[in-house]
Amino acid sequence: MIRLDNVTKRYDGAREALKGVSLHVEAGELAFLTGRSGAGKSTVLKLIALIEHPTRGNVIVDGRNLGKLKDREIPGYRQQIGVVFQDNKLLADRSAYENVALPLIITGTGQREIGRRVRAALDQVGLLDRERYPPRTLSAGEQQRLGIARAIVSRPKVLIADEPTGNLDPDLALEVMALFKRLNEVGMTMLIASHDLHLVEHFGARCITLTGGQVLETPVAPLTESTGAVSP
Amino acid sequence: MSLSTWLNRHAQNAVGALGTLSRNPVATALTVTVIGIALALPAALGVLVQSGRTLAGDWADVRDFSVYLAPGIGLDRAEALARELRVRPGVESVRVISAGTAVAELSKDPGFAGALAALEANPLPHTLVVRPLVSVDGAALEKLGAEVQKSNGVDLVKLDLEWAKRLSAVLDFLRRLGLITGGLLIAAVVIVVGNTIRLDIQNRSAEIEVAKLLGATDAFVRRPFLYLGLWYGLLGGVVAMLILLIGLWALGEPITRLAGLYGSSFELGGATGGSLLAVLAGGVLAGWGGAWTAVARHLAAIQPKIA
Repeated sequence: MIRLDNVTKRYDGAREALKGVSLHVEAGELAFLTGRSGAGKSTVLKLIALIEHPTRGNVIVDGRNLGKLKDREIPGYRQQIGVVFQDNKLLADRSAYENVALPLIITGTGQREIGRRVRAALDQVGLLDRERYPPRTLSAGEQQRLGIARAIVSRPKVLIADEPTGNLDPDLALEVMALFKRLNEVGMTMLIASHDLHLVEHFGARCITLTGGQVLETPVAPLTESTGAVSP
Repeated sequence: MSLSTWLNRHAQNAVGALGTLSRNPVATALTVTVIGIALALPAALGVLVQSGRTLAGDWADVRDFSVYLAPGIGLDRAEALARELRVRPGVESVRVISAGTAVAELSKDPGFAGALAALEANPLPHTLVVRPLVSVDGAALEKLGAEVQKSNGVDLVKLDLEWAKRLSAVLDFLRRLGLITGGLLIAAVVIVVGNTIRLDIQNRSAEIEVAKLLGATDAFVRRPFLYLGLWYGLLGGVVAMLILLIGLWALGEPITRLAGLYGSSFELGGATGGSLLAVLAGGVLAGWGGAWTAVARHLAAIQPKIA
């Protein structure tokens, strides 16, 4: 579903953020992208979200070579992937409902369908009773879950997340990760960037480690009992 | 996307843009007033030029020229020449003043009455008074006079070209002044709206960034700002209309009274439905144009990013 073939990314006048990176995430797989700060995790996600273009190599998502997409095709591509940010990127002047509805408004979905799908997404992340609340009135964990609801409301095949638990305390981080796990179990392909190895090890998922812009190894993290014990 | 969804989206953007304006009433009122004043000035100048044309119509007699027929030429020939002249290009009307009518008019003046009574015969010729069209400029008027002079039975053509040239120059100046002022002030509206929209784009850059990251097309991102510009222009047009109507109402009577003191029937023309509609349309176009300029320049600079 997600494939990077020998991808190099050099920012203008700077060092190479990625050096010949090749990786593959199968359809329906949950994979973690780990590594220290500056290892290139965010760059990989930027390439997948088409925020950046590779200097060399190919990025292929759902069979489409992103380098060959025309500018006018980029919005359509982005509508088909879900993105979760460390800082949520929620709109402060909108309610929880309006934040989650935004991707559907962008795609021109009818009002009735928007209402149905937004409430389903809010229900999935346990925020149905908060739909009228503005983000600032929600806790950090709730805000992150709201960001996830917005990312999944358009039912993307692929979801990428950049340090989604970076601003959360350990309990909330486990809660959010458990939510990702549940979403993955219904078939969504996920690539989650996280530098928190302890957290990643709680989940039985493949771990792609980047160091200095290169893939170090791709071991499968052990599935621990705590995975099932995490409450949503 | 279905038509109803598309229409619904436009309606939401239009209403949403109005909501944006209403959330900042003071700033909106200031901007709309500036736009209104900028639109009202060329509109007022337009009314002034239109009134000037009416005044020029009143002054048309200064462009009239007299054609004196040779002594002994009969009234039949005078009437025939008048018919010939009426069909000439550039001639609005021709009036025949017979020698008898002329002497009767002159006899009413006590200064001439005695002298005329002493004469055995009427010394005055039949005369034609030719009124050229307002559009005929000085050179064309001179040419027309020269052609009439060559006509059979014409003794003298008396033409005051200086007055005609001056009036033509004044009208031409006012017309050009109107065009230049109008152009500059419309440009000012475009700049004011463009700058206001630019600030709005900057204030909403986070929202634009998120929308683009979620797959919003350029049209989707652009649309609310275009509606914002359209509302600014429309509301500015309404303010301009009010300024114009109030100004005409306030100045109309004093100007008429002043003109009356100088023996003129000049009146400041009112704003017609067409001119008011033109002010509104100008406002909408300038507002939309300003918004488009700002959007084209600044939206592309806001691109999604992941920290």
